[in-house]
Amino acid sequence: MDFFSLLYFRFKKVWKAVRLYLVIAGPGLVVMIADNDAGGITTYAATGAKYGYHLIWFLLLLIPVAYYVQEMTVRLGAVTKRGHAEAIFESFGAFWGWFSLLDLMIVDWLTLVTEFVGMTAALSIFGVPAWLTVILVVLLMSVIVLNGRYWTWEKIALGFCLLNLIYIPAAFMVNPSLSDIAGQGLIPNLPGGLNNELFFLLMANIGTTIAPWMLFFQQSSVVDKGLQEKDIKMGKLDTFIGSIITVSIAIFIVIVTGTLLHGAPIDDAATAARMLMKTNHYIGAFMAIGLFDAGLLGAICISLASSWAFGEIFGWAHSLNTKVKEAPWFYISFFFTLATAGVVPLIPGAPLVLITLFVQVVAVTLLPAALVFLILLLNDKKTMGEYANSRLQNIVSTTIVVAIIILSTMYGVSALFPNLFQ
Amino acid sequence: MRMINQFFSKIREINQRYSKPTVEMSRAVKISLAVLRVYLFLLVLLMIYKFITVIKVV
Repeated sequence: MDFFSLLYFRFKKVWKAVRLYLVIAGPGLVVMIADNDAGGITTYAATGAKYGYHLIWFLLLLIPVAYYVQEMTVRLGAVTKRGHAEAIFESFGAFWGWFSLLDLMIVDWLTLVTEFVGMTAALSIFGVPAWLTVILVVLLMSVIVLNGRYWTWEKIALGFCLLNLIYIPAAFMVNPSLSDIAGQGLIPNLPGGLNNELFFLLMANIGTTIAPWMLFFQQSSVVDKGLQEKDIKMGKLDTFIGSIITVSIAIFIVIVTGTLLHGAPIDDAATAARMLMKTNHYIGAFMAIGLFDAGLLGAICISLASSWAFGEIFGWAHSLNTKVKEAPWFYISFFFTLATAGVVPLIPGAPLVLITLFVQVVAVTLLPAALVFLILLLNDKKTMGEYANSRLQNIVSTTIVVAIIILSTMYGVSALFPNLFQ
Repeated sequence: MRMINQFFSKIREINQRYSKPTVEMSRAVKISLAVLRVYLFLLVLLMIYKFITVIKVV
């Protein structure tokens, strides 16, 4: 075989793999990028403003953390063809099932409120009133969800994922010093020592990387998409690429705020966008658009995670491939969650700070349980067969899960008792 | 009223359907579930304590 024939053969092989990936890609990318939701953007903006580039190394550590946890949901979904809620009910019984389902419902609803808070704050920068933002979002999500095809929904969601990359040009526009990023950001260091403030921010970064809804969402998404056991390899690649993109976006946000707002007090991403606008109108606008997009992506995924879970347990038709007539309860629960959460930021004097606090605390009750169930399910050789966790996978995933449980518990407890770790 | 009855009968049906866990109750599974129960119990106690202290302040 001559050189050109070999090159052509290789190209065809790679192109075939790329096409296969493009068909299977979706759940991993969407869940990972949606992970950078409104709360996540605030956390990264605050991280950059407070510590500059110094915590970039820590964010890089979150790539394997996010990947190893989420790839287990791909295997579980593809092998069992069941969502996470149904898997918990069936494997661990009704007690743990109801506990997970009701906890998921509460966490998702509270998180959804924070997404609406983020979206209304982002568009208020452009003069859009909060009520109009809520109506626009609900209408937009109706169009996305009611088309009756998972495929179309996923492609639109991926379009919003692309918009999340807006932080990349923003980071280039601030002209950061590459030597500073490499020198300060890539060498592990704890600026000012491990004090309460730094510890809280590190825990917040972990908390925003792995959220309970992500496990439920990705597994249900894998099932709704119809991924088979043969697709697991590509599903895992999808998740891996997603985890790299999500952390990269986080790093670009840190670079933006670390360059322009270093030392400024940042409580939320909308404040960061407003402050950035004073320096450079476009960068501030990019930050606000990114915040709105992050909230929207989060809202799309979170409300679906709840509806899928309820559909699985109550035996309703629960697929995006169904029309409203075929799955009325699935869509009713979707819009009920969405509409009730959307109304909260419009209520004058609504306890939004308390809700944000509650999200952290209630998530701590669900996340450890969901993660423990995930590992136990992945060790059920009777169901998982050759896709059960290997010894190495168990060591890695158990270490990660134990670390997440300890840190997220400390995060939740410190939200309840702010002076505890001082 | 009929809807409420239907809802509760659905709940009973779900409880019945998932009354027996299918996962093999090995020692590791039993220990994990027991630790999880203790963890959640302690967490709930903490939340109740916080709630009571907040109520007292108010």
